[in-house]
Amino acid sequence: MQLIFEKSRPGRLGFSLPQLDVLPAVCLPEKYCRQTAAQLPEVSELDVVRHFSNLSRLNFSVDTNFYPLGSCTMKYNPKFTEKVAALSGFSDLHPLLPQLWGGGMLAQGSLEVLYNMERLLSEITGMAAFTLQPLAGAHGELTGVMLIAAYHKANGEKRKHIIIPDSSHGTNPASAAIAGYTVVVIPTDSEGALDMALYKKALNSETAAVMLTCPDTLGLFNPKIKEIADLAHGVGALMYYDGANLNAIMGKCRPGDLGFDVVHLNLHKTFATPHGGGGPGAGPVGVSEKLVDFLPISRVIRRPDGTFALDYHKRKSIGYIAPFYGNFGVILKAYAYILALGKSGLMEASENAVLSANYCLARLKDHYVVGYDRICMHECVLSAARQLEHGVHALDIAKYLIDQGFHPPTIYFPMIVKEALMIEPTETENKETLDAFIEAMICAAQLSESDPDALHRAPSQMPIKRLDETKAARQLDLRWISKK
Amino acid sequence: MSLPSNLFYTKDHEWAKIEGDQVTMGITDYAQAALGDITFIDLPKIGAQVKQAQWCATVESVKAASDVYAPLSGEVLKANVALAEHPELVNKSAYEQGWFAVLKISDQLEKNKLMNAQNYAEYLKTLTK
Repeated sequence: MQLIFEKSRPGRLGFSLPQLDVLPAVCLPEKYCRQTAAQLPEVSELDVVRHFSNLSRLNFSVDTNFYPLGSCTMKYNPKFTEKVAALSGFSDLHPLLPQLWGGGMLAQGSLEVLYNMERLLSEITGMAAFTLQPLAGAHGELTGVMLIAAYHKANGEKRKHIIIPDSSHGTNPASAAIAGYTVVVIPTDSEGALDMALYKKALNSETAAVMLTCPDTLGLFNPKIKEIADLAHGVGALMYYDGANLNAIMGKCRPGDLGFDVVHLNLHKTFATPHGGGGPGAGPVGVSEKLVDFLPISRVIRRPDGTFALDYHKRKSIGYIAPFYGNFGVILKAYAYILALGKSGLMEASENAVLSANYCLARLKDHYVVGYDRICMHECVLSAARQLEHGVHALDIAKYLIDQGFHPPTIYFPMIVKEALMIEPTETENKETLDAFIEAMICAAQLSESDPDALHRAPSQMPIKRLDETKAARQLDLRWISKK
Repeated sequence: MSLPSNLFYTKDHEWAKIEGDQVTMGITDYAQAALGDITFIDLPKIGAQVKQAQWCATVESVKAASDVYAPLSGEVLKANVALAEHPELVNKSAYEQGWFAVLKISDQLEKNKLMNAQNYAEYLKTLTK
């Protein structure tokens, strides 16, 4: 595959400018002027169109293929939400408007969306209030830990550490550390749950919070969650809920009822807005009653006359964490999604997400070692330990799946499972797709015994074949330089 | 899997070679095999004071980034700068060319908390179950 720079030929143009019929602009001072010509590709308009059209055909996305990337909830993003977000009443609004004198009255519809969305998320999670401002999941986590710190500070307490299980997402210890806490890691027991004896030993009056993912990253629901929360509250610590796996429990149980004080959600996971390259994310944070005063500014309020406004006068607030009011377009799409599905639709989404994962687990457990052989929630974790005996790693199986037209599952996470393959099918895939994926996984398991090298060579059908990932990481090659 | 008998070992898979008041440290053969191809190492800083069982270095491999803990407390005297250019030395030669740092031991008694080769071998057996 050629870069557009490699398609460049001297003098080839994709534009023609008319004769200059006005006086040339005043030149910039010499020191600001370019000394050598910019090295731009010299190509025709057709060259450019073909180059990028062909690149776009190589895109891999939920819209083209099955994408069971564990812990990421790569569900289908319904197209009607894009239509809603593109309505000019929303998309043409200037983000500064609600902060201008009288401007809020020209943005009532958008403020109402924000206000209602906060209520909906509070209802779904059982929390007292929400901020929609955090711009991504990890940003929500940091905001959540800052709220925890503000709470303890207001109580005149200096608490030092945050307890996190060894199966957690890497962002949990990172958020805790950036907010100034030391991290105490608790191992997982043989059932795949937090080791209660070690947890009780680590918990004391210096514990600021306990950060948990529920169901956890092994795809398992911890039946002792209430006891864990009661113990934490007993020493004055707060409970933090990592919402990465909320897709398993919508309408079934609420983090607030389980005893969590802070919750972050990923709208781009559970609430079907696009991930990453498909658009920015959003990581709203919900809190229990005792933390409401600390939420970031501004807050969306409803005045006695029924109109909506932004309120910046919150003395105890942790302050600004994001410009304007978060990624409004993302919030809007998630709002449309929740309203379209309604209570029964959200419950059904979770039920089918759990059913899909258990179907994959049931059909694959004779072919792969299962991390913890229990009914799973919305994702299941397999291990390629048996395949490793033939020299085949989880990575080789992942590469083989690419050839078969599937995005690989998450591999090597959670780190406590050797050669982990973490599969999250989501509720939006039909049985035929799941069956085709399962057949490919079974094929990989059989190949690992009959022809392991076929897996080592994969992918062989892609425009780029197997990369030397070690060499790529050791000898970074990030810039194309003309050989001339 | 190689386990030299003249070394001491930790539960977190570091090795320690104690010579008088100095200790050379690195990660074990088991650790390098579990990590896979190592791509980057953040070495201990010379002059830094490190504490037993606390963070002193970071290893990145194609699979994950992992913390490395000091086997004993002490001051960092030397760090293996060759690893900056050639992190693969840890994969190839975990106990010789792949050493991480030399520390000046501040408390000889901490040695009692380390395992010998035989105990470490027993410990590894419990992990592979």
